Amino acid sequence: MRSGVTIFPGSNCDRDIIVALKNITGKAPIKMWHKDTEFPNLDLIVIPGGFSFGDYLRCGALAARSPVIKIIKNHISRGGAVLGVCNGFQILIEAGILPGSLIRNKKLLFTCRDTMLEIQDTIKSPFLSGLKKEHHLNIPIAHNEGNFFASGTLLNELKNDGRIAFKYIKEVNNDTDYNPNGSSNDIAGILSKNGRVLGMMPHPERAINNLHGGTDGLKFLTKSFEQIIG
Amino acid sequence: MKMSNQTLYNINKNEYQVQQESTLEDATEMGLTEDEFNLICNKIKKIPNITELGIFSAMFSEHCSYKSSKKWLKTMPTKAKHVIQGPGENAGVIDIGDNLAAVFKIESHNHPSFIEPYQGAATGVGGILRDVFTMGARPIALLNALRFGSPSELLTKHLVSGVVKGIGGYGNCIGIPTVGGETNFDKSYDGNILVNAMAVGLANKNRIFYSAATGAGNPVIYVGAKTGRDGIHGATMASTEFTDNSSEKRPTVQVGDPFTGKLLLESCLELMSTDAVLSIQDMGAAGLTSSSVEMASKGSLGMYLNLDLVPTREDKMTSYEIMLSESQERMLMILKPGSEEKAKSIFDKWDLDFAVIGEVTKTGRLILDKDGFESCNIPINPLVEDAPEYDRPYEIIQNKNTIKINELNINYTVDEILTKIFENPNISSKRWIWEQYDSSVMGDTISSNGKSDASIVKIHGTENSKSLGKGIAMTTDCTPRYVKSDPINGGMQAVCEAARNIAASGAKPLAITNNLNFGNPEKKNIMGEIVGSIKGISKAASFLNTPIVSGNVSLYNETNGKGILPTPVIGMVGVIDEVENRLEMNAKEDNTLLVLGQSENFTEGWIGCSVYQEIENKIIDAAPPPVNLEKEKKIIDILLQLHTKNLLTAAHDISDGGLLTTICEMLFKNNLGLNLNLPKSFLKIDSKDPILHSWCFGEDQGRIIVATDKIDKVKFCLKDSNLDYFVLGKTNASNNLNLKDITTISIKGLKNSYERILPLIMGKHK
Repeated sequence: MRSGVTIFPGSNCDRDIIVALKNITGKAPIKMWHKDTEFPNLDLIVIPGGFSFGDYLRCGALAARSPVIKIIKNHISRGGAVLGVCNGFQILIEAGILPGSLIRNKKLLFTCRDTMLEIQDTIKSPFLSGLKKEHHLNIPIAHNEGNFFASGTLLNELKNDGRIAFKYIKEVNNDTDYNPNGSSNDIAGILSKNGRVLGMMPHPERAINNLHGGTDGLKFLTKSFEQIIG
Repeated sequence: MKMSNQTLYNINKNEYQVQQESTLEDATEMGLTEDEFNLICNKIKKIPNITELGIFSAMFSEHCSYKSSKKWLKTMPTKAKHVIQGPGENAGVIDIGDNLAAVFKIESHNHPSFIEPYQGAATGVGGILRDVFTMGARPIALLNALRFGSPSELLTKHLVSGVVKGIGGYGNCIGIPTVGGETNFDKSYDGNILVNAMAVGLANKNRIFYSAATGAGNPVIYVGAKTGRDGIHGATMASTEFTDNSSEKRPTVQVGDPFTGKLLLESCLELMSTDAVLSIQDMGAAGLTSSSVEMASKGSLGMYLNLDLVPTREDKMTSYEIMLSESQERMLMILKPGSEEKAKSIFDKWDLDFAVIGEVTKTGRLILDKDGFESCNIPINPLVEDAPEYDRPYEIIQNKNTIKINELNINYTVDEILTKIFENPNISSKRWIWEQYDSSVMGDTISSNGKSDASIVKIHGTENSKSLGKGIAMTTDCTPRYVKSDPINGGMQAVCEAARNIAASGAKPLAITNNLNFGNPEKKNIMGEIVGSIKGISKAASFLNTPIVSGNVSLYNETNGKGILPTPVIGMVGVIDEVENRLEMNAKEDNTLLVLGQSENFTEGWIGCSVYQEIENKIIDAAPPPVNLEKEKKIIDILLQLHTKNLLTAAHDISDGGLLTTICEMLFKNNLGLNLNLPKSFLKIDSKDPILHSWCFGEDQGRIIVATDKIDKVKFCLKDSNLDYFVLGKTNASNNLNLKDITTISIKGLKNSYERILPLIMGKHK
């Protein structure tokens, strides 16, 4: 699989996803510096987490105006797959590639912890079609602005079009704190209309090791990559 | 043609002023004594101008010169075979095998954090990270040791909230995981909180960068953020007591910019992977002053700087302001001549300022030009060599009172005490705090936030077919109430507890960085606390072969004459060869718990200075538990031996709250229970029996509880070890702790207390 990882000033999960991609696919992804515009055709572009440009404006707003975004848009129009994680999700929204907005966590605190994700019924997507719906994914989050917010119309549309990829769910029945950021309808990740762009707040690249964080992220990434080249 | 003074006055009135001769009054205002002012005049053979005096006052401040503690710091053990660089550089460096070095240091940002908690804490993190990457190491983990005042005070909540946000704000953004630390509350910190940040980095052992200037004529380079008027004279502010008007010092607090910090980190490491950098020093306390003076002094050279070339944020800054600004995210470097263009292209890529601002000279003097005039011309040597070193009078007060257990007035049952212990914010879960820190970025965190007694981070790139790789274990520890009662003993205890924590996570303790936080050293008893704890730390560190390789001293933590509890924080680092062998503290079902370092005949625990004693009878006038270094060393060695044989499934050091508290903590995670074995002599005793209480809650040192699923083999190994142990029982699924016919305690109930207190205290305080 030919993949690339974008790097903005302030990206800080780029190495983590590069390691994961290399370990899973056996091939290192190319690094896509935000100012560069010349790249070979790719199967997958990952926009990693971090604090692009310090997130000093709205999270992702400055990165969404970088030269590399044009490349990503071209890639999408060719049917290429894009995964945006955390700040990458925020950038996809700021760039107008995915709808809605990500506002500050309900408790107004940065939150780093495990979350349990339920896979939703979606349109055909390489990111989800290899996974069994009944298998929940335990993947950590680490963010300050991950509270997915959208109008009732948009929320309905996302649901009806099968574009809600993941929802936070309760691990045990009395867990009142399962939705870590107050997202509308417990949404943790959404898809583009063609199902080939996924934005998600949880970090799958941080759940690839049995000693810490478990291996659900590894499972998710492995299945996604199989489907993308398949 | 030289311009006249009138010309300077017309160009920059303020610069003209700082080039005027200073007076004793100016010196006093900058925190210098009359003797110090006279010494300066004698050494430089003139009356310094304002800029020159400012430079001296910063270098002579307690913060930069360690004038009160230097005499005693020199006595600490700093050498061992595995030490590559001890104290005196930006951070300490130890050899951890495989051509790798661990680079680490702890540093305080106490005074600024009290005045402006978010920025104070954030820049504390930024500063300690710069110390580590200045040495050529990529930072891989952050820890912090925090002390706050009474949790019921509104101000405390404001400070906790701001400090935690500041630590997270910097660490999360720059993308270094915050993996551990400690937070305690005590009313002695009401007016002076402690914010100690520790950073650990990794470097190639043969690619360590140092600060000593080399080669007269070589270019001096300024990189990073621009210089502004923030933090001017911060080092001096951090070297005085607070009064009620301390909030007026807010302008002396620096402002952090983790985004620029991240760019500086990446660009410096990128440049360091070339051969361009000869020496490098970060601009921390006393900014451009201490960085230029230290580089020149260590290289026995001089330095010339043209301050007009320094990138500034504001117009018409004076030489005084530029030299004393503590703007963050700046570095000073000396490059190999001819490599400037290559270096500049890296900083251009990261959009950071890069300026050649001067050169290394043979003069042995610091010479500065500003606005076409020479604004400073002073010898370097006196700034460092002649900085005062005081032998302050001291008195070490060691409390020798022991508590007679049978005379104790007992108010509570064992159950009630346990609840009170877990509702004590010092022991309760700190989840509210650590969930605000990104602990898993970089993808190498193995154990964080109390999952094991020391945090563990995998060393990137050491994986092989057999193992996930090597790991670094880290912890910070100090029990200030012990140090208060007996500084020597308390100093030893802090080192031993840190070493036990490293070992209980399955790693070998290697070296120490320490942060000595005390009150006003001009008081005899406080100086006694400093001297005593240094003696204690030294004794234990040398016995355990864990030398002190870096550190920081923070004095004058007093407000209106009232000092903090003496708080010499020990940051310890160890190594584990295969991270999959790390030990967690959570017991699994059907495992046997046994306590190492405690015999079957042991019945009377040490309750002097314990958490129990605070709850039960409020007597604080007592000696802390004694420390037996041989026993401490033995317990660490044997624990690691048992672990090497793969016999242990969990381990947890006994500290605050004693044996019973430690057992409960081990049962929490997996919702387990235990039928606890009691000493044979505990027949027909009730839940208010003083001996039982001392056994349950005494804080005797040198004990670790381990869990095993191979108890017979463990017993066999312990038989010849000459180490006492006592089998506590087998874990079960009941979720109850059963003390024979005395009582049955719900672990679930205690866990609820443990988890709910801190969120309750912080309430809506965001």
